[in-house]
Amino acid sequence: MSADVILENITVKFDDFTAVKDADITIKGGEFFSFLGPSGCGKTTLLRAISGFQDPSEGRVFIGGKDMSGIGPNKRPTALIFQNLALFPLMTVWENIAFSLEVKGVGKTERRKKADELLELVALPGQGDKMVNELSGGQRQRVAVARALAAEPEVMLLDEPLSALDLKLRQHMRTELREIQQRAGITFIYITHDQGEALTMSDRVAVMREGIIEQVGEGTKVYDNPSTAFVASFVGENNAFHGTVRNVMSAKAIVSTGTGELEACLPEGIELNIGDKAIVFARPEAMSFVKQKNLEKNVIKTEVVHQEFEGHFWHLILKGTDDMKIKMSQINDGLTQVYEEGAELNVKIDPKLAVALPFGPLAAE
Amino acid sequence: MILWFQKFFGRNGLVLSLYMLLVSFIWIVVMFVLPQIFMFDFSFRFNWTQIDPSKIGGPEDVYTLQHYKFLLLGSPNNPDPFNIVDVTVFARTILAAAFVTLFDLIVCYPVAYYLAHVAKGGVTRLMMLSLVVPFWINELLRAFAFRILFGEEGTINNILLLLGILSQPIDYVRENIALYTGLGYAYILLMIFPIYNAVESLDRNQIEAARDLGSPWWRIHWRVVIPFAKPGITSGCTMVFMLSAGALALPQIIGGPSSLWFTQIIYQWFNTGSNWPRGSAYAVSLLVICVILVLLFMKIFKVKFGEIGR
Repeated sequence: MSADVILENITVKFDDFTAVKDADITIKGGEFFSFLGPSGCGKTTLLRAISGFQDPSEGRVFIGGKDMSGIGPNKRPTALIFQNLALFPLMTVWENIAFSLEVKGVGKTERRKKADELLELVALPGQGDKMVNELSGGQRQRVAVARALAAEPEVMLLDEPLSALDLKLRQHMRTELREIQQRAGITFIYITHDQGEALTMSDRVAVMREGIIEQVGEGTKVYDNPSTAFVASFVGENNAFHGTVRNVMSAKAIVSTGTGELEACLPEGIELNIGDKAIVFARPEAMSFVKQKNLEKNVIKTEVVHQEFEGHFWHLILKGTDDMKIKMSQINDGLTQVYEEGAELNVKIDPKLAVALPFGPLAAE
Repeated sequence: MILWFQKFFGRNGLVLSLYMLLVSFIWIVVMFVLPQIFMFDFSFRFNWTQIDPSKIGGPEDVYTLQHYKFLLLGSPNNPDPFNIVDVTVFARTILAAAFVTLFDLIVCYPVAYYLAHVAKGGVTRLMMLSLVVPFWINELLRAFAFRILFGEEGTINNILLLLGILSQPIDYVRENIALYTGLGYAYILLMIFPIYNAVESLDRNQIEAARDLGSPWWRIHWRVVIPFAKPGITSGCTMVFMLSAGALALPQIIGGPSSLWFTQIIYQWFNTGSNWPRGSAYAVSLLVICVILVLLFMKIFKVKFGEIGR
């Protein structure tokens, strides 16, 4: 069973601090939806408003078409997975998993049976009689998922549950969570500051900054067509060239920046006028080398500062004519040459991959 | 062992190491173990100081069980099957102490939980202060003040009579209500603070997780908070129980005239009875029974002894 979640103009205020401002989103039943943002952007507060631990100052939450105002967290069809998992240390694994059934008054043999089934589902068969502290981090993760699933929620809420795991396990759990979600067919609402997590798992992503939802959309859309400077700089890596709009054509803009005149696309719904302050965003992978500077447009003159090797990518840290740091990535094809520090290179920024956006705050480095 | 000492001195330096060893030695050996051994030894001896002081240390100064026998059976010419007065008082003292402990637990657990997880900054400080400040008043003064409060013509009776709730004044002292209230009040802090300490270290998320999984408040306490706070609860209950059972001043001052506290009998043997061995035997009996009861309860509630020190 899955239910859609509608956030209707949710605002959450703590005294004079506004943690969430006017969040208005419809999350479809069965969707894997992520809220992505830096710490303190209000995403956890929003999750607590959905789970019922935080009453919104304004607005309403609907789950499965039902207004949740005045309904406590123990009565909502949601299950929350906490950042630190919050497993009960004094209960065995199976008692943890079956806790929600115990609450419903299900008999012990039935509880045990259900717990064993769920242990099977999360690939931990036969571990029911262990204590929680006898399990590894990844195993605890699965127990937390099983415990939440046991409550048969219509909506599963996850508060950065993977942040405590090491990289390999985290990547593995991403796939696993996604699989569990599809098998169980329930709505997942996922909170994270890790854009990789958000992009790999989610059907749609909402990017938040200082309590405001800046953009909602599929991962590819948010990545390729960011609608604000913050989204462009927060999701994935991006080089930001500040400048002034020189010319605007259909879905294209020419911006005069410190590194030179750059042509870039205008994402859907973005309007710029001549003379506006703007930022051209170009991802490290949207750049390539050219021999001659003057033959093509969007070519800038740079100097090598530093070169890094990251397995499947070579990263080059370059310096523009105005000393701006530019990051460029090249796929490691086995042929990539090593550049001397100070070497001069002409770099072309692909105008089809670069975007021009109105000036706005960037994500902190 | 020697290795442990080497490490201990290596880590703490000479001065701190010697100081810590000295205070630990005084605390445990000098002030606790030694005097209790004397008392224990005393309880098995004849009361030679009263019978014939010259026989102390002589061939007739042997160990005897007569004082323990006396506690159970009374004097040899006692017509009853056992020492009715002393045994009843003993049992009643234990029961009353258990009752005071239970009463304090019921009163203090919600307060401790509230302090640890509900109250915020200013309220917490205010509550802490209001818990501690009443204990600036010394015990005797408090006890006599309670006599005024609980007396037959005391404040409580006056108010209840005035409101028409009572038609006859109640003698709270005679009914021992004053005593139980006084004891319960005296040891409140010893119950609140261990529970507060234990509950406070509980991760709030655990409470929220239980709630999120559909649990009503009472089950959250039953399954999550109380099991977690068990060492603190045990520690608090043990202290309140032991101190209530061993209280002397309060039973003396606000206890009912017809109901003795066992400590009063012990005191009589030591003082007016001039029979230290018998007093010791009585005191040792009280101690041993109390310890056995505490250990029994810890066994029933599955608390390990080491956990109390947490």
